[in-house]
Amino acid sequence: MTRRLKAARLGPRDVLHVGSAGLRSRPMRVVLSALGIAIGIATMISVVGISASSQAQLLRELDKLGTNLLVASPGESMFAGEDVKLPEESVGMVGRIDGVQDVGATGDLDASVRRNEKIDEGDTGGIVVKATTEDLLKVLRGEIGSGSWLNDATGRYPSVVLGHVSAKRLGITGPGRQVWIGDRYFTVVGILAPLPLAPEIERSALVGWTGAKRLLDFDGHPTSVYERSTDASVGDVRKVMGATVDPRNPQNVKVSDPSSALRAKAATEGAFSSLLLGLGGIALLVGGVGVANTMIISVLERRYEIGLRRSLGATRGQIRIQFVTESLMLSGLGGLAGVALGATATGVYAGSGGLPWVVPLWAVSGGFAATLAIGTVAGLYPAIRASRLSPTLALHAA
Amino acid sequence: MSTVVGLTGVTKEYPGGVSALRGVDLTVEEGELLGIVGPSGSGKSTLLHIIGTLDRPTAGSVHIAGHDVAKLSDRRLSALRAQHVGFVFQAFHLVPGVSARDNVAEGLLYSGLSRTVRRRRAAAALERVGLADRLDHRPHQLSGGQKQRVAIARAVVGEPALLLADEPTGALDSASGAAVMELLRDLNQEGATIAVITHDTEIAGRLPREVRIRDGEVVADTGDAVSAHGVGAAR
Repeated sequence: MTRRLKAARLGPRDVLHVGSAGLRSRPMRVVLSALGIAIGIATMISVVGISASSQAQLLRELDKLGTNLLVASPGESMFAGEDVKLPEESVGMVGRIDGVQDVGATGDLDASVRRNEKIDEGDTGGIVVKATTEDLLKVLRGEIGSGSWLNDATGRYPSVVLGHVSAKRLGITGPGRQVWIGDRYFTVVGILAPLPLAPEIERSALVGWTGAKRLLDFDGHPTSVYERSTDASVGDVRKVMGATVDPRNPQNVKVSDPSSALRAKAATEGAFSSLLLGLGGIALLVGGVGVANTMIISVLERRYEIGLRRSLGATRGQIRIQFVTESLMLSGLGGLAGVALGATATGVYAGSGGLPWVVPLWAVSGGFAATLAIGTVAGLYPAIRASRLSPTLALHAA
Repeated sequence: MSTVVGLTGVTKEYPGGVSALRGVDLTVEEGELLGIVGPSGSGKSTLLHIIGTLDRPTAGSVHIAGHDVAKLSDRRLSALRAQHVGFVFQAFHLVPGVSARDNVAEGLLYSGLSRTVRRRRAAAALERVGLADRLDHRPHQLSGGQKQRVAIARAVVGEPALLLADEPTGALDSASGAAVMELLRDLNQEGATIAVITHDTEIAGRLPREVRIRDGEVVADTGDAVSAHGVGAAR
């Protein structure tokens, strides 16, 4: 008769069953108290998701543009005020470097571009007039927005191609119009599409190399040499480029990698706003307080159930785990809804902006882990209170 | 025959010096059906809690189904309730929105049996109390008498050594109340040990043994067993 007494364990299914009983009987309250958590998680997921999507978009763009473009330009001279120029023959020299596929160059001109001769010469609108080699567009993998690129014939005559920013600033929407450069009218033959890798070209008016020499007193010295090489040889080309461009004064040549600037931009875009993330965190915290509140009320309301379960043989630990499970389920539901909501918000944003839809897995799992942690903390105090209720008091309460 | 309940000199004092029980001796043997009767404030609820191991006495010893309650931890005490004590309450305490069968199965939740076994036994217990056709009814679809039968099924489904019924007819009309008492008598015939706690002397008077409580003391016991103060006298 006096066999040893041992409290039976509740199986995981029974724990879930007992823990969800309270939720099933009050669905409206579940929705409302899970909402706080859901809003917090949704905020955090969408903040992270939107930044990640923007970043993915930039990186995708970068992939398309290639990371094998290098630009050589004159650096600061050791002697202040001295005008540093690149040698005339540098374009040809760079073309002979091993691995280089295409070379192009631009040379800055003193002239300014205006809508007509009546506009003041100083009113340049930030547009630089450059002489350009024909290969430039190929090197930059640029595209013509409208009209055509300079060729052998048009490059000789007063014709100009505008970067898309300069076209906008000059108020020119298509080819055929004329603009005033130096002391004569040039005909706009084409307008370039945006060039993310070369924002300086977007803000230029480009004149053919020979035409510039003939019409605008261009001395033939390039200001920037652009080269595109095979991906494998970018490093090697970079090492020798300075010396190749200006063998006598390699220290005067600055070699830059425009794609690295874009990559840095991608990194900044990816760095989500910590302010918004903080707001999400606060919403999550408030949601947690809501869950704790709901749990305390739930324990008060269900004193008789607690008494009943104790009389049926539930241990204090089993009462505790019942309410912690309930709290976990409550916040877990909120977390799931929040993840779904945040992913949807990111999807809508990405869809409307033509961005790829990226929701990082670490954000989803991190957000969900946070809700579970909050659920445990929020449920612990009410659960301990529930387990300490005297069974007799609980039975009287009904 | 073995002793199911053994109380010796059980005293319960609440903080503030109120004595609910003063030296109660009570022995219940296996197979007995007794009524514990007394007016409100007599201490019978406290006695119920102590016999049901929901509360511990301030003095005296309590043996339930052979276990000394004072020596048991809360965990073991819970196991004792799960295995050896069944409760029936005046207010039924059924879980709303859950079928009669699952309500009864809840009585086995803390016994370590699998869900399938629990549900099978619950169906058998409901059949036993005459509700075989109400397995899937929810509490709000049942009459008061039926609810109390479900509660009784829940209490006996684990075949406890002792069934404690606290005012089982208190919330019922007289016809349903009589039916419930009849059911308890039948269960007793089949071997269950049952203690009915009530303020109704009429109900208690119709039971084989009657223990009267007043002011925390046993004032009369019609049982043949060893009784408080040696008062074996019948009414």
